Amino acid sequence: MTLRSRLLPYLLLAPSVAFLAALFLVPLVQTISLSFMEEGAPSLANYSRMVSDINFGPAVRNTFLLVLTVVPIQIVMALAMAMMLQKLPRGRDLVLWIWTIPLGISDLAAGLVWLAILQDRGYLNSALYGLGLIEGPTAWLTYETPVALFVGVVVAEVWRATAIVLVILVAGLQLIPKEYKEAAEVFGARPWTIFRHITLPLLKPSLQTALILRTVLAFEVFAVVYAIGGTNFPVLVGEAYNWQRNYQNTGVAAAYAMLIVVISLAATVVFLWALRTKPEQQP
Amino acid sequence: MTFIRTTFGLTTCKSASLVGAALVTGALLAHAAPASAQQQDILFLSTQLRPIEEAQKVRSVILKDFPGKVTYLVEEPPAFDVRMKAEGQAGKRTISVAGALHGELQPLVVSGDLTPIDDIATKLADRGIPANLMELGKLGTANQMYIPWMQATYIMVANKKALPYLPAGADINALTYDQLEAWGKALTEKTGKRLIGFPAGPKGLMPRFYQGYLYPSFTGGVVTPFQSAEAEAMWAKFKGLWQFVNPNSTSYDFMQEPLLAEEVWVAFDHVARVKDALTQAPEEFVTFPAPAGPKGRGYMPVIAGLAVPKNAPNPTGAAELIAFISKPETQVKTAVEVGFFPVVKATLPADLSPGIKLIAEGVAKTQNAPDALPALLPVGLGDKGGEFNKVYSDTFQRIVLRGEDIKAVLASQAGVLKGLMEATKAPCWSPDAPSQGACPVK
Repeated sequence: MTLRSRLLPYLLLAPSVAFLAALFLVPLVQTISLSFMEEGAPSLANYSRMVSDINFGPAVRNTFLLVLTVVPIQIVMALAMAMMLQKLPRGRDLVLWIWTIPLGISDLAAGLVWLAILQDRGYLNSALYGLGLIEGPTAWLTYETPVALFVGVVVAEVWRATAIVLVILVAGLQLIPKEYKEAAEVFGARPWTIFRHITLPLLKPSLQTALILRTVLAFEVFAVVYAIGGTNFPVLVGEAYNWQRNYQNTGVAAAYAMLIVVISLAATVVFLWALRTKPEQQP
Repeated sequence: MTFIRTTFGLTTCKSASLVGAALVTGALLAHAAPASAQQQDILFLSTQLRPIEEAQKVRSVILKDFPGKVTYLVEEPPAFDVRMKAEGQAGKRTISVAGALHGELQPLVVSGDLTPIDDIATKLADRGIPANLMELGKLGTANQMYIPWMQATYIMVANKKALPYLPAGADINALTYDQLEAWGKALTEKTGKRLIGFPAGPKGLMPRFYQGYLYPSFTGGVVTPFQSAEAEAMWAKFKGLWQFVNPNSTSYDFMQEPLLAEEVWVAFDHVARVKDALTQAPEEFVTFPAPAGPKGRGYMPVIAGLAVPKNAPNPTGAAELIAFISKPETQVKTAVEVGFFPVVKATLPADLSPGIKLIAEGVAKTQNAPDALPALLPVGLGDKGGEFNKVYSDTFQRIVLRGEDIKAVLASQAGVLKGLMEATKAPCWSPDAPSQGACPVK
């Protein structure tokens, strides 16, 4: 191998590495230092302000509640949808295309779509009123209706981001060789057995990818919540935004950002470990 | 008409074809050698009249007859502050006229980004700007730092349908907080809906209600009596009133939409944020001052001023523009178009549109109320203004929405407020008694 051909891969990768270093590593280091500084001196003041803030507890609780509700629903739904697609004799592309429409919509726009449906004079209330189920505009998204507000956010998030899980799982399903399934059928395995003992284990790498991606993004949920719940439903990224934008305290905002990074990293490590696939188990 | 709105290098334009032109203009502005002042563009950066329709009114109506070329840019207050200071530090000033609220210009004096404009003040001496407003424009220095530009305040608006439910004997123009609560109670009982509204959403101006209305009316101050016995009684009273407030209030940023949708019948907000409702359906609404408490009828006059940044690229043009804006006819045009009122002696035309007339009435009734108690916008807090507002919003959140113990909440929030005042060393502003050094929290 010539020197040139040995260097080529690195040369080709260099721009993207430099790009990430400049636009990801540098801000990360800056954020870490910002979060541990108070008036130019090292300090934990930002973290103590963050923890003692009135919205900190609710923001942590709401974020975890959302992740623990939304991600399992999305995985189950996407898995069911992907399996149904497999069974379609024709028109599979069209159905997949329609299901992935929300992927093309920004999260803020998705939030606004659901706001239009759920607000006092929204489509939901109009429909319920038309059916004679309610007497007039009913508020679903206020601080007095936390359960309805939470359900609203969950529905919007599930609608918006299930498609990405679906795409990953559909790709994963297509990687599973047909021979396994055919062999199982020869031995008289029923569909449920095939799903549990063949499809699911072989789909593990895809599930891992989907879980990591969705969980990390769910911890960063913001625009949908902001559009639907405003300040009635504090979440971690929303608090980081408020401290940066409204209260102009970069230090506390950086502390929130660091907390989100740590939680996301921890979740990723857990999934990498819990769903690890031994080389001999790979299809 | 070309306009550029530059935020961290982002350029947005009315149409794509203008992007190039705008970029070229921007580049020219940044590097232009000081050409003749008359032909040179005057960059006018403002934190006021930001909504697109209002900014467009400024460009195409209010500044239309100005002989020079003005580019009117708008920026949200935090970004305005950053940009003014960054240009100063970089030694490359592009802005020639800065328009902002009194409290937003104050930190620029401290950072040395404003230039004294006593010469402009002398030239405008015959415009009849009240002496106390001109004094405010000195921002605590010996020199004139800004020329008052326009003024506004907050008012109450009610749908005429709510008037029959006013408590017996109540004068809508001299309401007390007790009467407002009784009104809300009657509305709720008779209609089954909570019809009072406040702008307590993420971008609403609710903190100004606590700082300019509630606290002054009940305690006679804003910072010093933060956790006084009067403040405790006040929060208990407000919690009582809140039972009749529409729960969507914590999502309202502007009150004009809920007023027009009849989601609320009685609302408090800045005049600019109820203007659309009043101009669209003037026959449906009445305007009146905010209620009074035991210490008077607190109200917050909002003064915007025009300043010239240090090393402005076009100081001559800036002086001409400021003189043009403070002309009585321009001031009247401003009132008619955007609902901010003149600071100079100017008679509003008799054929004012009914909506603007309603605003003018509300403002006049507020300013001329016999028990009026003006409370200024916070001064000297610099970039801690947001955290100052947070103290009041959090107090409201904890006491009223979460039902925490009033005394305990006030004690813990007073600690935060104290830390903030000491960090900024901001002296007291009216109606708190003047202080030596940081305004005390008692």
